[in-house]
Amino acid sequence: MVQIVIDGQETEVEVGTTILEAAKKVGVKIPTLCHHPDQAVKANCRICVVEIEGQKLLQPSCSFPVWEGMVVRTNTPKVQRVRSNVLELILAHHAQECLFCSRNGNCELQEVTQDMHFTREVRYTNETRHGKDESSPSVVRDTNKCILCGRCSYVCDKIQSVGALCKEGRGFSTKLSSAYGKDLADSTCTNCGQCIQACPVGALTIHDDTEHVYEAMEAGKHVIAQVAPAVRITIAEALGENPGTVNKGRLVTAMKRVGFDKVFDTDFSADLTIMEEGHELLNRLQNGGTLPMVTSCCPAWIKFCETSFPEELPHLSTCKSPQQMFGALLKTWYPERSGVYPKDIYSVSIMPCTAKKFECVRPEMNSSGYQDVDKVITVQELANMICAAGINFADLPETEFDSPFGLGTGAGEIFGATGGVMEAALRTVYEVVTGEELEDVDFNAVRGFEGIKEASVDLKGIEVKVAIAHGLGNARKLMNAVKAGEADYHFIEVMACPGGCIGGGGNPIKNWKKMEKRLEGVYAEDKKLPIRKSHENPYIQKIYNDFLGEPLGEQSHKLLHTTYIDRSDIFKS
Amino acid sequence: MEEVRVLLRNVDRINPVSAVDYMNEGGYEGLKKSLWMSELDIIHEITESTLRGRGGAGFPTGIKLSHAHNARSKNKFVLCNADEGEPGTNKDRILLSKDPNSIFEGMAIAARAIGADKGYIYLRAEYPYIVPILEQALENAREAGCLGDNIFGSEFSFDIEIRPGGGAYVCGEESAMIESMEGKRGEPRFRPPYPTVQGLFQEPTAVFNVETLANIGPIMYRGADWYKTMGTKKSHGTKLYTISGNVRNKGVYEYEVGVNLKDLIYEAGGGIPDGRKLLAVQTGGTAGAIINKHQINMPMDPAYVADSGGSMGAGDVLVIDNTNDIVDILDNVLSFFVHESCGKCTPCREGSMRLYQLASGIIDGTTTSEGMENIRELCETMRLASLCGLGQSVPIPVLSCLDNFREIFDEYIVRNEKNKKIAAGGAK
Ligand SMILES: Cc1cc2nc3c(=O)[nH]c(=O)nc-3n(C[C@H](O)[C@H](O)[C@H](O)COP(=O)(O)O)c2cc1C
Ligand code: SF4
Ligand code: SF4
Ligand code: SF4
Ligand code: SF4
Repeated sequence: MVQIVIDGQETEVEVGTTILEAAKKVGVKIPTLCHHPDQAVKANCRICVVEIEGQKLLQPSCSFPVWEGMVVRTNTPKVQRVRSNVLELILAHHAQECLFCSRNGNCELQEVTQDMHFTREVRYTNETRHGKDESSPSVVRDTNKCILCGRCSYVCDKIQSVGALCKEGRGFSTKLSSAYGKDLADSTCTNCGQCIQACPVGALTIHDDTEHVYEAMEAGKHVIAQVAPAVRITIAEALGENPGTVNKGRLVTAMKRVGFDKVFDTDFSADLTIMEEGHELLNRLQNGGTLPMVTSCCPAWIKFCETSFPEELPHLSTCKSPQQMFGALLKTWYPERSGVYPKDIYSVSIMPCTAKKFECVRPEMNSSGYQDVDKVITVQELANMICAAGINFADLPETEFDSPFGLGTGAGEIFGATGGVMEAALRTVYEVVTGEELEDVDFNAVRGFEGIKEASVDLKGIEVKVAIAHGLGNARKLMNAVKAGEADYHFIEVMACPGGCIGGGGNPIKNWKKMEKRLEGVYAEDKKLPIRKSHENPYIQKIYNDFLGEPLGEQSHKLLHTTYIDRSDIFKS
Repeated sequence: MEEVRVLLRNVDRINPVSAVDYMNEGGYEGLKKSLWMSELDIIHEITESTLRGRGGAGFPTGIKLSHAHNARSKNKFVLCNADEGEPGTNKDRILLSKDPNSIFEGMAIAARAIGADKGYIYLRAEYPYIVPILEQALENAREAGCLGDNIFGSEFSFDIEIRPGGGAYVCGEESAMIESMEGKRGEPRFRPPYPTVQGLFQEPTAVFNVETLANIGPIMYRGADWYKTMGTKKSHGTKLYTISGNVRNKGVYEYEVGVNLKDLIYEAGGGIPDGRKLLAVQTGGTAGAIINKHQINMPMDPAYVADSGGSMGAGDVLVIDNTNDIVDILDNVLSFFVHESCGKCTPCREGSMRLYQLASGIIDGTTTSEGMENIRELCETMRLASLCGLGQSVPIPVLSCLDNFREIFDEYIVRNEKNKKIAAGGAK
């Protein structure tokens, strides 16, 4: 421990603590921009500089460690003048479009400008960087708003190991660009949206597709929606409630009021995924198929695998993601039951995920003869629609999901968290293989935020070894082991987003602290449900009886399974 | 004023790639001596000599060695900074191409002192022709037992590899150089941690300028006391000065530290040709102070130059004659920094350009006294808040120029304000 003095307040902190952390402890808020609580220190924006007694220069508080007897001043006129000049330089090179910026009211640059009470005129001519890249179906890059903090490239590079974003040029003309100056859509970008989550300003945002949904509503289409498990965890947060506030009933009510004709629960097709994937695993185990089998419900992971591990594609389960399984049913089975023609249906997925926007336009996703899912709307976009419709989310009555796809199990519910798919699969596979009832359905070993989790499950004599990775960097580690033949797992779950879908790029802006709360919400919800195993879902049993036949059967194969392509040529040229 | 030849002793006198030739002139004696000394004794000797870094910052070499020595790790590195990015400077090039063994020897002694077994020479991208010379010299030195395993039959092993530079000026900044050697974009790192604690591949790393290293062999061979017989009271040894610009005899010269700047210009440099007169001198490279003709009677002693608000940098002396306009000179300096700012931190990335725009406005007529105030404020911000030495030192030439040529700038500003008033009046 060391004794230090910050703005006259004496305090004691651990050796190695930064001035920023120490200041926070004594209640002093120092402005930051490039700093992110979940990332390594960058110290490049220089807005957090402070005065240290005995030092000629100001020092960035985010990177500077305290020492015994250090005397720090964070708010002298000199410090404030320098900070305000630094801020002025940033603002002079920034598109000042707050009024119609999607981060308006939720922007760190706005917040810093406000906190510092910067109200004077900027002395320099306003210049902007290098325009917009709207090529990607998931992520919009507006370099005119970029403040070059490096938070996006940190995530993309260090956490996701994708490296699709990098700095280009020098000095004043430095810009953040996608690798080799390609359009993002033509790059190795996996559409995971983690960069959006990291960006402090409106330079990286979700590709907004709400306009198309309104158009479909206005054109009198039968507009139906499926809602992913993670959405009920984060929608209330997106509308200003505390992280971890779970709500389905108000969500359905709000969506009905926004104008959706039907609102279904993707939990249902998560259960369906478990039936198909569980049987696929058993089939591979029993018939010498390619092992380990790796989950395929995350489209960012799929693109990553297609790009970086094309030789390992046979490891991927052939199951579509729950959203695409549902999508196929919504334009095949649902028309049969409802009498609405598939061509009149406009199918929308409400997702925590930006990569699903890419997935739904993949040419493979046309099993119904139409594009199975017409549009994917993220939690953030749905929250905007609810707001724009003048709905006070806090005060809404509750409504049930529409049937026949109404009911999901706890197994589907936990799909939103890392380890959830694995746990759901184990609950089903155990009972199918052993023919016995699982007494304790909680597989705690596969839960939590550790980067790579391992477990082994005894299925009455057959030992099944599993591993779970979340974040593509962790997935890369696992896949390298698989590639090298060093991984003796049978089943691997991969989610591209750190924490799983509750950490997806389409959610409200997150950090690990909020993620803890969201995770608690997931498992609390699972516990509440009467049925917690997919194969016990009566509606699942019914759809197999009425329509699909059996898991891995012919109809399932046509509607619920897919193929992959080698995209490694993205690296060429 | 007499030239001395300590660092340049072998230049054009021996075969540069021959370790044997170098040894015949007393080379590698310093290394041999240090093989039998303790690490602390070596560091003590170098500290005693008061040698300071010749790469620009002037940090005491002995202290740097002792920091790297104290850092605990099995892997440590000695890096030779041969990036020599300063326009018009070529002192390091001469040592590299004409007496490379003197650099190897310095690196080996430094490695012995801190406990490193691996060294790299980070060679300026524009010096590819030196690569074969260095490679050959390294090969011969290994053959002669001066490098490689069990140097001169001792327990000590050390070898050197050459790494090509990244091509940008900022890659000469030691932490940017390290990033560039790790295959990343050449951007400086924040400090602490210092390279001596976490440098190349996060291991303790001591970075030295070429010329600094060339001093180490002679110091160890002939002793700190001998070294201190040269120079001034505060700074010792000899220094290479690169004289460029509007002088008759441009070139690299070796003198004792503390030689008078005036003598450098008029004796070594031979004065200004074609009957022109002196306007200004910039010492210490593009980031150095710009002084006027009345200020040149000054000893080139790092301590003294620092007191006058400048820096000796790597020993550059740029002579500017009266056919130049000081406002253009300032413009050129700033356009250099606009071009060379790496873009990592806000004050320098944005500030360099804004300074350049304001300085251009002095000539164009848009900069008034408010703009001049803005320049000064911006300089303060860049000096205090930039991440590396590049941004921190941009204010040195700018402010020295404004102060030392105040009347000229005042004239421009008066003109600009008058024109502005007229324009405003005309609009009414
Ligand atoms: C922008 C910038 C450029 C630099 N370029 C060089 C260079 O070309 N060569 C050099 O030796 N030092 C250069 N330096 C200084 C190095 O960072 C470092 O201080 C030096 O290599 C240490 O060696 P020394 O202590 O022997 O001088 C530069 C510093 C800055 C800030
Ligand atoms: S990024 Fe922030 S500061 Fe910039 S226009 Fe958008 S809301 Fe305003
Ligand atoms: S969406 Fe994901 S992969 Fe694409 S640039 Fe952003 S972080 Fe990288
Ligand atoms: S795009 Fe956003 S996160 Fe990336 S560098 Fe720019 S401001 Fe930072
Ligand atoms: S001061 Fe300039 S050169 Fe140094 S890190 Fe900042 S932008 Fe790069």
